[in-house]
This record gives sequence, structure tokens and C-alpha cells, in this order.
Amino acid sequence: MVVGEALGRVHRDSWPAVVGATARLTRDLDLAEDCAQEAVERALSAWRTGVPDNPAAWLTTTARRIALDRLRRDETLRRKLPLLVDRPDSGHDTGDEPEPADPLRLVFTCCHPALAPESQVALTLRLVCGVPVPAIASVLLAGEAGVAARITRAKRKIAAARIPFRVPSDDELPARLDVVLTVVHLVYTAGHADPGAGRADPGPALDAVPDRSAPGNPRLTERAIELARMLVRLLPGEPEARGLLGLLLLTEARGGARTDPDGELVLLTDQDRSAWDDRLTREGLVHATAALDSAASPGRFALQSAVAGLHGVAPSWERTDWPRVVTVYDALMRTWPSPVVALNRAVARSRVPGTDPAGPLREIDSLVADPGLARYPYLPAARAELLARLGRTADAAAAYADALALSSNPVERRFLTRRVSACAPPPRSPRPATR
Amino acid sequence: MAQYVFLLYDDEDWFDTADAEGVADDFRLHGEFVAAVERAGARVLGGEALERSTTASTVRRGDGDPLVTDGPFADTKEALGGFYVIEAPDLDVALSLAKICPAGNIEVRPVMAMPDGTPAG
Repeated sequence: MVVGEALGRVHRDSWPAVVGATARLTRDLDLAEDCAQEAVERALSAWRTGVPDNPAAWLTTTARRIALDRLRRDETLRRKLPLLVDRPDSGHDTGDEPEPADPLRLVFTCCHPALAPESQVALTLRLVCGVPVPAIASVLLAGEAGVAARITRAKRKIAAARIPFRVPSDDELPARLDVVLTVVHLVYTAGHADPGAGRADPGPALDAVPDRSAPGNPRLTERAIELARMLVRLLPGEPEARGLLGLLLLTEARGGARTDPDGELVLLTDQDRSAWDDRLTREGLVHATAALDSAASPGRFALQSAVAGLHGVAPSWERTDWPRVVTVYDALMRTWPSPVVALNRAVARSRVPGTDPAGPLREIDSLVADPGLARYPYLPAARAELLARLGRTADAAAAYADALALSSNPVERRFLTRRVSACAPPPRSPRPATR
Repeated sequence: MAQYVFLLYDDEDWFDTADAEGVADDFRLHGEFVAAVERAGARVLGGEALERSTTASTVRRGDGDPLVTDGPFADTKEALGGFYVIEAPDLDVALSLAKICPAGNIEVRPVMAMPDGTPAG
């Protein structure tokens, strides 16, 4: 399957460039996507006699020629031409040269702040990553029809409201980039939370869904990492992009240890660190360090990569540099305060050797009423752990049960179920409670 | 170029509290906004300030004869108080102008394009 392999690789590496270069011509994302898919279909037969030297350029040229043909043939489409960035008859754009900024333009358009966050994610997955709608619906835990309608509405808004197809100017860039990075991070966490899309279980979550645009569709977490790599490559001066890449690589490095051979969730506490991917950890640390060093005041992704880095270099859970983790969370609370960060900081504080769990427990208890955390299973799970440390097993069991009621992830649910029963008073307790 | 309507929504306390100076200030702010639009390479094609929403009448069309009711169509705390029609190259320019438009909340709506691609109106 030489053609399939080549197509899979070019799809993974160059899909946003192909769609982007075509969208630059059509200025209509629907049409650009259609033409890019048709180019892939043509490649399936055209490449049987030999894969071209530069498959990405072949796809781009073909997609743009298909677009030009359609624009010339179809008068209605032609009337849309005022929307075009490049006019096919202006001469300067011959349709053959992909521009390095094409994928960036595409990403910034999909993540335009005038689109709802859910639409930004769905559109990015569809147009930039080439993920089929059924797979998007499954990772976003949404209905397929709803996701399809959302994508259509978003494309229509881009066209009707004239959301420009361009990389934002320098003064807008930090705020606009933040939206893009948030979307990429969401794509990663969606893939990370979905056990089927996880690394330890190379289940066919995405691959099982037939998609003519996506031969050899890699898993979602890898898509997010590819996107982050692309952003770092195209925006080398942006520390937050490097921070995000560092964060994702360092998290991914632990992927193999996150579940045991039976697919059960293993907490960071108990993970077999020898199963961590050293190469990813080292690469992640390079980016995390660069992000922290080059920013006058590190942003949230640089700081989160610092936390991931401190875990990445720690020889064990106990020997993690907890005081420094707390310091980083303090900085994160200043730049990007949120109840989730406050929760994580409290958990980190409870790890500092010699700390009485009662203090952090009070901090966590003060967050219980926060509506932002009302459906967050990690809050009761963190409470439960501290309660167990304090010997309040009945309260701990109740808190684990609260977490269980909020979690929809099957692996997490099995883990929490085990914890609930571990806390329940056994018939003959091997180790009586000390308090 | 595309056309956008800016719908300006505000608290209507202004009508009760503004004195002559306040009114003059407001007109000056809108004058500055119009000048800023021109500087940004966009154009103000039209716009009006509206009387307060309690002066509105709404004609509702149900199954029977049209029914006239007192007040605005949607009774909200922040009421439609004025509008602009702005011509701008794209949404980014339109939104950057909406950000400096002197009003509490601004809805930016693209004007529907005619089948030949030109804006309606």
C-alpha cells in the first residue's frame, strides 16, 4: 500500500497546508475542503503509477486547480469572488505555490474569537486536522447531527460576516494566539480523556470511522501535538506556543504509564516512571525551558509546561520538587486565576513533605461551592484522598462516590469504584484506622 | 468591502440622568467615533440615535389581524438605543471599530449580500 502510506503521511503532515492554500484561493472554506478531498481521491488513482516527489505540492496544486475550474464554471460561485483574497484572474497567484502561512491562516480563521468556543474546536478538528464529523462528535461527547450543524453554521458565519483569512497583525497576535492555543489544548485533552484515543490503547476511535479525507488518521492527541509543532515552527518568537508544545509532549511522555495492561487508570502517584517516554520528556523539557526563559513574564502554557516538567524530571512521586510546583501554581494563580488552578495548588501544597493535610483540605473545601467546579470529578477525588490521609475513611468513601457520580470516563469510573470499595470498612480490617 | 449594522444597546437610565452637558459629551464621543471610522479606512453609511424604548410600538402578526402593542418587541434591561451602518473591509476591522464605539453593548451584523455579491440596500 505505497499510495495509502504516502497519502496517510501527506495527510498527517500537510492537510492544513493543502486546505489553507485552497481556501486562500476560494475564500470559501466549504469549497476549499471539498476540493482538497477531491484532490485526495484523485491521488488514490493517479499515484498508482508512482508517488510524486513532493506529494503535498501535488495535492495543493490539484486542489487549487479543481477550485479554479469550479469557480470558472459556476457563475454563482464566481459572484462570490469579491470575497476572495487572491483573485484567480489577477495573475499573481498561479495556484501552484503553497505559502508557509497558509496553515496558520486556516487555524486563525477556524479559531476566530467571533466564533463560539465549541465551534472553534469542531471547525479546527474538521478543517485543520481532517477528522471526520462522527469522530469529532464522539470526542466532544456530542450528537453527530449537532456537530455537523455547528460546523455548517460556523462556515456560513465566516463567509457572511467576512471573517478574514489571515494571520493577525502583531498587536492582535497575543490575544488571538491564546484562542488558538486553547483550542489545540482542548483537542489534546479531548483525545487524552477518551480512552479509545489514548496512546496506551491504540484503539480505533478515530480510525474506525471511514473518512475519505483521512487515510491513516492518527490519534487525536498526536493531531494536537502536530498542530502545536506547526505553531512553534511558524511562530518561532511566541513563548506560549512553545509552552503549549512542551506541556503536550511532557503529558504525552507519560501516556504509556497512564493505564496498566488491563486498560485501568494509573494515577501519577503510582505510575511506573520507567515506562515514560524519555525522548518525549527531553523534547518537552527543551520547549518548556525555552518558553519560560524567553517570556518576560511567563504565560499560562509556559507555566503549565513548568509543572509538567517538574513531574517529568522527578525520580518518584515522593521526590517531586513539590515546593517548586506550589511556586509555579502561585504564579499561575496570578496570570490565569481559576478554580481549577486553585484546586491543583491545594493538591500540590498537600504534597509538600511535613504538610498537615487539614490545611489543603480547607482550601479545597472552600472551592466546593464554586459553580465552575460543580461538575468537576477531580475536586471530590482530591478531597477524598486528603480525607483518607486524615483517617476519615467514611467521608473519603462518600467523596469518592461523589467523584464517581460526576465522571463519565469508563477507565476513570473503574478506578473510582475501586477507591470507594477500598475505603469501605472491610469485613476484617487488616489495618485498623489510626484515628 | 462589506457592510455591517452596529446595533447599540444601552441602559436607558441615561435619559433620566443626562444633563445638557452629558448630552453634548455623548454627541462629541459619537463625532469622534465617526472620525475614527474614516481613519480606519471604513465608512459610516448611516446611523441614528433612537428615542427611548418606552416610546416604541410593536405590531405583532399572529393568526388574525395585526395587533398593536405598546413598547419594544423585546423588553430587555438594555435597550436598542441607536444604530450605525458601517462599510468595512472585513469583520476584524468592523469589530475593532465596534470596540471603540461609544455604547454599552454593540451587536455587529453583516448586511445580507444580494445574489450578485453586492450588499443589499
